[in-house]
This record gives sequence, C-alpha cells and structure tokens, in this order.
Amino acid sequence: MAYTPHTEAQRREMLQTIGAESVAELFADVPATCRFPELKLPAPLSEVEILRELRELASWNASAEEFTCLLGAGAYHHYIPSVVQTIVGRSEFYTAYTPYQPEISQGTLQAIFEYQSMICALTGMEVANASHYDGGTAVAEAIIMAANVARGRRRRILLSPDLHPEYRQVARTYLRGSGLELLGDERPENDLDALEKMLDGDTCCLVVQTPTFLGEVLSPERLRRLAEAVHAVGAMLIVAVDPISLGLFVPPGEYGADIVVGEGQALGNPLNFGGPYLGFFACRRDDVRKMAGRLVGQTVDAGGRRGFVLTLSTREQHIRREKATSNICTNQSLNALAAAVYLAALGKQGLWRIAEICYHRAHYAAQKIGRLRGFEVRSTRPFFKEFVVSCPLPVDELNDRLLEEGFIGGFDLSQTHPHLERCTLLCVTEMVPVPEIDRLVRVLREVTR
Amino acid sequence: MAHRIPEDLRYSRTHEWARQEGPTAVVGISDYAQAQLGDVVYVELPEVGEEYRQGDSIGVVESVKATSDIYAPLSGKVVGINQALMDDPSIVNRDPYGEGWMVRLELADPAEWETLLDAAAYARLVEEGGH
Repeated sequence: MAYTPHTEAQRREMLQTIGAESVAELFADVPATCRFPELKLPAPLSEVEILRELRELASWNASAEEFTCLLGAGAYHHYIPSVVQTIVGRSEFYTAYTPYQPEISQGTLQAIFEYQSMICALTGMEVANASHYDGGTAVAEAIIMAANVARGRRRRILLSPDLHPEYRQVARTYLRGSGLELLGDERPENDLDALEKMLDGDTCCLVVQTPTFLGEVLSPERLRRLAEAVHAVGAMLIVAVDPISLGLFVPPGEYGADIVVGEGQALGNPLNFGGPYLGFFACRRDDVRKMAGRLVGQTVDAGGRRGFVLTLSTREQHIRREKATSNICTNQSLNALAAAVYLAALGKQGLWRIAEICYHRAHYAAQKIGRLRGFEVRSTRPFFKEFVVSCPLPVDELNDRLLEEGFIGGFDLSQTHPHLERCTLLCVTEMVPVPEIDRLVRVLREVTR
Repeated sequence: MAHRIPEDLRYSRTHEWARQEGPTAVVGISDYAQAQLGDVVYVELPEVGEEYRQGDSIGVVESVKATSDIYAPLSGKVVGINQALMDDPSIVNRDPYGEGWMVRLELADPAEWETLLDAAAYARLVEEGGH
C-alpha cells in the first residue's frame, strides 16, 4: 500500500487546474543552487558513537544541576520531588492532550480538576482554568477577558512597568490590531500611585505583578487600596504572581484581585531551556463565562457517583468559532499535572517552608553582598527571592567570572532596564545552600580586587 | 414539530422577534430559536442606557450545546431588560414570546419596522430551514 496520498493522475489533474506543466515548475523562483544544497554531513555513526558525541555536546551547557544557579527573572530553579516525575511519566497520564470525548478519561479530568482546585486555594480565587501556555500568554488572556467583561466599551489597558518585560511583549503581540491601547509601562518610575492616577472611565484593567519583576513584594494593604480605586472606575485588577511566594504572602484574592495569573513552571516543572511551561489563570465565579481556556467541573452521574466533565465548553472555539473567549484552547495538561503533584506532595506546610527558605536565603545573600565594596543592593522594599544589585563592572563580564567559579550569574538588567546599568537581578532559591552563598560572596570580593 | 409564530409580532432573519408598544419595542428570541438551541442555561443581556444599531449583538444566549448572539432587530436605546432571566434562564424555553422577553428598546428609527419579516414571511424562513 502506498502512503503517498495523491496518485499520478490526481497530480496531473491539479497541475492542469492551475496551469502548470510540472511540480518542478512551481519551484522555478527558487535558485537552482538552493534547491538541493549539498549537505556536508560526516559519515553515519553507530548508536554508541552518536550518544558519546551528544553527551560531549551537552556537557558544554552550564546545567543548573551542576552549577549554582543565581538566575531567575521568571523561570526558577526549585527542587522537584521524585514523586512528580514518577506520576507524570505514568502511561495513563503521559500525553500532552486532553482526549477527545474527554469524559472517557476520568483520571485525566480528575487530575485537572485537582490542579484547578489547588490553584484556587493558592490564589484565593473561586475558579481556575486548566492552564495556558505560560505566564505571558496567561497575562494576555487575562487582558482579553477584561476587555470582554467590559464588552468592548473600554479601550485602555494599564500595565505596570514592573510587570515582566516579556509578559508585556506577549500582551502587545496578542493584542495587536485589537483596538486596545496598552500604556502605563512607558516610564520605569510609574509606581502604583502614578498608575492609580491614570485610571479613568475608559480603563479596562490594570495589570500589576507581585513580587515585581525586580523581586519586590507589594504590600497587600496598598494593593487593597489599589483594587478599590480600580473597581471605583469599573475596571478590573489583574495580578501576576510567583506561585511559590504565595506560600508566605497574602493571596491576591484576599485583597480584591479580579484575575490572578502567573508562570507555573516553579511548581514542579524543570527549567528545560525555557519551556514547555504553564500559565495558571484564576478569576471570580461571576466572570467564569468570560474566562478563556479549558475548564473541568465536578458532577454526579445517573447513579449519584462523583464524576468529572469538561464544562462551559460553549465558550470555546470548537463551538463558538470566531466569538470564542480565546482562539487558543490548548492547555498545558502535563505541566499542570506536574504542578498539581508538586503542590500535593508539598502540602500547605511544605510550600510555606520552601517560600520561607527562599526568603531567608535571599535576604542573607543580599545582606552579605551589600557589605562588599563596589556592590550595592538596590532593592529597598521587602523582596522575596530576587533582588537588584549594582555592580562595579558590567554584568556580562561579572557573569563570565562567576561561570568560571561554577555559578550561573544573575539576570543582566541592562538588557531590559536601561536605567539599571551594571545591575544584576540575583535569585536565591532553596537550591542555593548557605555555604554556596558564602562562596559567592568570596568570589565577588575577589572580582573587585 | 410546528413552531409557534404569533401573527402580531415582527421577526428578524436571525430569529429575534419584536413587539411594538408605543415608541418602544419588546424583543426576544422565537420559539423556533429556543427549540433549536435546546435547554437555555444562561442569558447575557445589555445594560439599560446602552444604544445599539439594527444588527448589533446585544446579548448572548447559552444552551447546553451552543452559545449564540442575540442581535438587535431594530436600532434604539435599551430602556429595560428582563432581570428574571438571570435567575431562571429556562423561561426562554417555556415562554419565549411572553415571560421570556429579553430587552425593551426605545426606537431610534420606527421606519425600520418595515425591514422586519411578518409572521407569514418568517414562517417561510423557518420552513426553508431557518437561513
């Protein structure tokens, strides 16, 4: 049986229809030399040989497993308990997709339902969906939802300049051509007071992040007042959070957030060179019909037994077509499963403990580094696990030196924040042992000598 | 199954009905529309004071199998909405032309009545399969 879908007769018929003599004619515009370039490949290798070569190539990477990682800025190196990979890797779960006729896979739906429930508990919100691609897309979907709640009658989207720069970029990409105006982040000094003054009757939503991109924790009291000001003009408050920080700090649902989103990678998912990650998304029950994405609900079957279903699917694109709440109804099921297993394995106490270790070690590191000549800790307000340090030399040079000493250096803020020249964003999680912090301080002292 | 199409109403091609009451029109969806949708579980209505042009989406009706827009059969300002549908959307199934009304519009252009279908024309539309 031939696997080529078209017969010679069909090909001739198609060519005739478009008025071409041959398939080759269709490629006439591609220079002949580019059509079949000679690939200078080495001779084939055996499996043993190729494995050795790939291992050799992989060893050029500075892996967070072997180096001490001080890099965060949105993706975080946290410990992943073995149980996470064991459960995620089970054949019953090991697919990226929600099955068609999903109710046949009760286990998959139950896992998603438990993920949603834990995200609600963590964020203090009433409803959570089954996840989006990543933190950035979750922010973009939250803005679209707010625009839909306002039924297209509000055009201004206020973004805090302290929202992750990539989330702001993703939001702008998603919303290109939507007619919505994204502003507020054009000046880095636009703090919450300045953003609050920008609120008006045409404001659809305000997006803030805590801890901010620069690691600072915004005060829940201040955010409560902000939420009231946002609601007073009839707009929505969207809060992006680091889920690990919620082990220690007040959940956004408690100070009046309308939508809570964030990058869920830190929950049991490895760094993986930047993906696949998951974006978590939670909102209030009143707004659930405007929420994008897949949603699993709990119900009872004809015999009164507990069961799980995909619910409110009529919002989704396979039914609602171009009027769907989003044209991306993919969720990151496997990553969401890892997040659920991680949260279940840690429990309330465990998450609190992880957050506390991060907080204390980051503050310990900041205190020690702040005493070094030439270095200054620029984060004044309370921070969580990241803080800004100005350095006596360009950050890329510093990071080269650190790499030689077995450290993956912090995020070079001159890339995204021109006013923070020679500033690095250092991240300290529970994966950085205290003796490593002390060694880092010694290396930094050497660098300036 | 034959669908009820009251003689005294006018209809849009998108299956809304309108009843003239002085300078206003009461608007809902037809018996055929509710039957096609099946059990209605949610209705989203506009806010009083909002203005719409003929053909604009003024709300959404969601059933267990589909979600559809409700279009303004006539141009005008919303002067009333049926709050009872918020608590019990199934009224739309039980009494689409009575208790299941959705919106009251203060008309901007009464001449638009002439653009709507009468009962006989709407009955033909439904017979032809609704499009």
